[in-house]
Amino acid sequence: MGNVTKTSAEVELAPVSHEMTGPRGRKPRKMLSRRNIMIYGTLIVVSLYYLLPLYVMIVTSLKGMPEIRLGNIFSPPVEITFQPWVKAWAEACTGLNCDGLSRGFFNSVRILVPSVILSIAIASVNGYALANWRFKGSETFFTILIVGAFIPYQVMIYPIVIMLREVGLYGSLTGLVIVHTIFGMPILTLLFRNYFASVPQELFKAARVDGAGFWGIYFRIMVPMSLPIFVVAMILQVTGIWNDFLFGVIYTKPDLYPMTVQLNNIVNSTQGVKEYNVNMAATILTGLVPLTIYFISGKLFVRGIAAGAVKG
Amino acid sequence: MAAATGPSRWHKNISAKVAALPMITTALVVFIGGTAWTVVYSFTNSKLLPREKFVGFAQYDRLWNSSKWLISIENLAIYGAFSLVFSLLIGFLLAALLDQKIRFEDTFRTILLYPFALSFIVTGLAWQWILNPDFGVQEVVRSLGWESFAFDPLYNPEIVIYGILIAGLWQGTGLIMCLMLAGLRGIDEDIWKAAKIDGIPMWKTYIFIVIPMMRGIFITAIVLIASGIIKVYDLVVAQTGGGPGISSEVPAKYVYDAMFLSQNLGQGFAASTMMLLTVIIIVVPWAYLEFGGKRRG
Amino acid sequence: METNHSISIKNLALSFGSLDVLKDLNLDVGRGEFLVLLGSSGCGKSTLLNCIAGLLDVSDGQIFIGGRNVTWEEPSKRGIGMVFQSYALYPQMTVAGNLSFGLKNAGLPKAEIEERVNRAAKVLQIEPLLTRKPAALSGGQRQRAAIGRALVRDADVFLFDEPLSNLDAKLRADLRVEIKQLHQKLSNTMIYVTHDQIEAMTLADRIAIMRGGQILQLASPHEIYNRPASKYVAEFIGSPTMNFFDGEIVGGDGLRFSSGDQLFPLEGYQFQDDLPVQGPAWFGIRPEHMITGAEAQAAPIKLNGQIELVEPLGSDTLARVDIGGRSIWVRLDGQANVHDGDSIVVGFDSARANLFEKSSENRI
Repeated sequence: MGNVTKTSAEVELAPVSHEMTGPRGRKPRKMLSRRNIMIYGTLIVVSLYYLLPLYVMIVTSLKGMPEIRLGNIFSPPVEITFQPWVKAWAEACTGLNCDGLSRGFFNSVRILVPSVILSIAIASVNGYALANWRFKGSETFFTILIVGAFIPYQVMIYPIVIMLREVGLYGSLTGLVIVHTIFGMPILTLLFRNYFASVPQELFKAARVDGAGFWGIYFRIMVPMSLPIFVVAMILQVTGIWNDFLFGVIYTKPDLYPMTVQLNNIVNSTQGVKEYNVNMAATILTGLVPLTIYFISGKLFVRGIAAGAVKG
Repeated sequence: MAAATGPSRWHKNISAKVAALPMITTALVVFIGGTAWTVVYSFTNSKLLPREKFVGFAQYDRLWNSSKWLISIENLAIYGAFSLVFSLLIGFLLAALLDQKIRFEDTFRTILLYPFALSFIVTGLAWQWILNPDFGVQEVVRSLGWESFAFDPLYNPEIVIYGILIAGLWQGTGLIMCLMLAGLRGIDEDIWKAAKIDGIPMWKTYIFIVIPMMRGIFITAIVLIASGIIKVYDLVVAQTGGGPGISSEVPAKYVYDAMFLSQNLGQGFAASTMMLLTVIIIVVPWAYLEFGGKRRG
Repeated sequence: METNHSISIKNLALSFGSLDVLKDLNLDVGRGEFLVLLGSSGCGKSTLLNCIAGLLDVSDGQIFIGGRNVTWEEPSKRGIGMVFQSYALYPQMTVAGNLSFGLKNAGLPKAEIEERVNRAAKVLQIEPLLTRKPAALSGGQRQRAAIGRALVRDADVFLFDEPLSNLDAKLRADLRVEIKQLHQKLSNTMIYVTHDQIEAMTLADRIAIMRGGQILQLASPHEIYNRPASKYVAEFIGSPTMNFFDGEIVGGDGLRFSSGDQLFPLEGYQFQDDLPVQGPAWFGIRPEHMITGAEAQAAPIKLNGQIELVEPLGSDTLARVDIGGRSIWVRLDGQANVHDGDSIVVGFDSARANLFEKSSENRI
């Protein structure tokens, strides 16, 4: 059948004038055009460069110290050992403590969970109030908040130390949670305000006609329809708070240091022999939480940083 | 008949006002109050504890006579200038490459952005290891036969800031790329079609049409990079600790050291006030362009 | 208060900073009346509706609904139902959930809520849609659901904020009819905001034409069409717009309107309060009040012209006619066989004309 139709089509087309013999059908496209080689070549080289540190960290963490001293940092491990990982997690020393990074990990979790919940709860309500329930002065406070986001932390560090000391929270995890909530507020409030402002105003009006009040509209209408932005805020906060170093080192004491601070203390400690494999294992361990979030969340992460960066 | 408005309406929106209390407190007490407090106390000779003994500009005199501060400022200027130029350049070029309707775009983007998920501490430690002169890049190149090859930024006071710059760019360019990509995607497809029909070469379209259209994104990116530059601290602490000597000090580290290590609060306050001043110099013109213009328009 | 009025608005004013959006506005709406607020964008019609609903705080004045002063009342306690342009359905709730949300907030018993929701769904024929979410509905179904949400409230007053603007032309016409039938069936007060004059003319018992935060004319569609109170109203209603001649009313042997070298006798024109006026004025006549063909010869006023442009609409034909250098629109029969360049005689009767004073542009 197919053959028959094909030939008949050719027969019909054959006697048609020479104008029909030129280019016809799909324009041929070479997969390996110069343009493609340039684009993909550049991207692959750049990607390799970006992946290099991760690769070096991983292979270093899987080598024994003798191998590191002899070989070069790019060569894959001859003999794979997980001992550095075990040591980094459970045995590495910071100061007098020798229970490894695990202490910092659990400190970070204990900081992270309440900080993320509290900062998002407060900022989302702020954003909602600013978007839908403006009151006299609300925009002024918001402007101060946003301008405040540009003030270097260094300017506000010490007054906060004093305030926390006054209420007896300096050096405690609670104090650090408050600090994270405060400094997360501008960007999160902006994020939520812009999102809630993009929700059609009529929806809000309809809910008011339906008799829902401030909290009713927030919990019953706004929150259920804004789950994606809550996820975005969560990604933003989890990575931000986990990666924090400055606040951790200032507002907690050695027993309660978050993972980043402890990692830095382990790697940059001047005592003893440098164990590069353990250092790299510890470094990867610290980076694992945000990396996991990053790879799982994919596009939402991008959206989060874009939303965080681009003001509406 | 009562008029529609009156003083008895203060309780209106009461829930919103109560809900906004944390924001109001943060804005007034921490951001305004804290900043004002630091500026005021930068004129005192506070040492271990803040005290109200005012000494005029003495702290600032000391600050600008301190070689550590001058090096910090110089480092910040070099790091800032290069970081701004290269972030924008690399970020835009990568975004333009990714915008060519290529295959595996998501994969490439994921690879280019992942460093941004990592902390500066992790970034600094990773690059400290790669740039280690005894084991890292320098040693690898030498072992390949180029015996005299020298690349040890972290151990050479002259170029140490460039070693930090490499790490900083590796961590941050992905973000700028993503912003630029979003900007490129926001440009009307018809613009490209029109340019194609007019026979304008692609690079010309980018330079004369697309980039001017992305003005807003560029400004955002610049503000973002600039505010990141001023905050740079963890990266230096992890990668060099300010060394060798004091050759890679930065202002943020100067502040921390003065406040918490050398019990010299007054110096810390003065230095942080200088940082604030720098930010004001950058942010105010931007805010004026961005928001002042809008109000008029 | 006057209980014969469903809604009374007294000296209402609203300003945002130095911008006055509504100015000393007074309006009474009768029980069961269908009132349309009509105007171009920015005239304050939606703002007025939002004030009635309590969604905007007024700067001055009072609002009464059902004789009760609701100026400071919460929207949900004003006894109103409201339908929005964007439907404003809660996206995470089903249609039934959308309809019942307000009733739940009001603390009504479950059985009653269910009964009301079912009744409203039946009236609007959306029963099969009750379990669906708004995203799974078509535009027309969404707007029905939105009307349903207003319906279940058993409110005395329905407020519509451009409810049909987001729909395509066909659906808009269908729903227009449905809203009219709904009003006939429920006979509660309805206030309907639109910028579409066809919706206004077809639906309204009375139309309030608004501009600059004030009501220019409040009258029946018939009156607004035939006796517009000002040149603005005259231009706003009718498409193509009314033709105007610039000139002067002169006395002598009966009043005449003189425009250029034309002189129109004004016998038959009904002056406001039967008070003839002289002086500079506008003479307006609608394209559909032009007389053409054989009857034109018998018209009191005759003009000779040449057709510049023809727009066949099927039911009618519109022609732009050049009369001594001035273009006017004429509505002809749909079957009229006319072409560019044809000569034509158009006539009209000043009884159908509208005269507006030159400077104030008010009807005279």
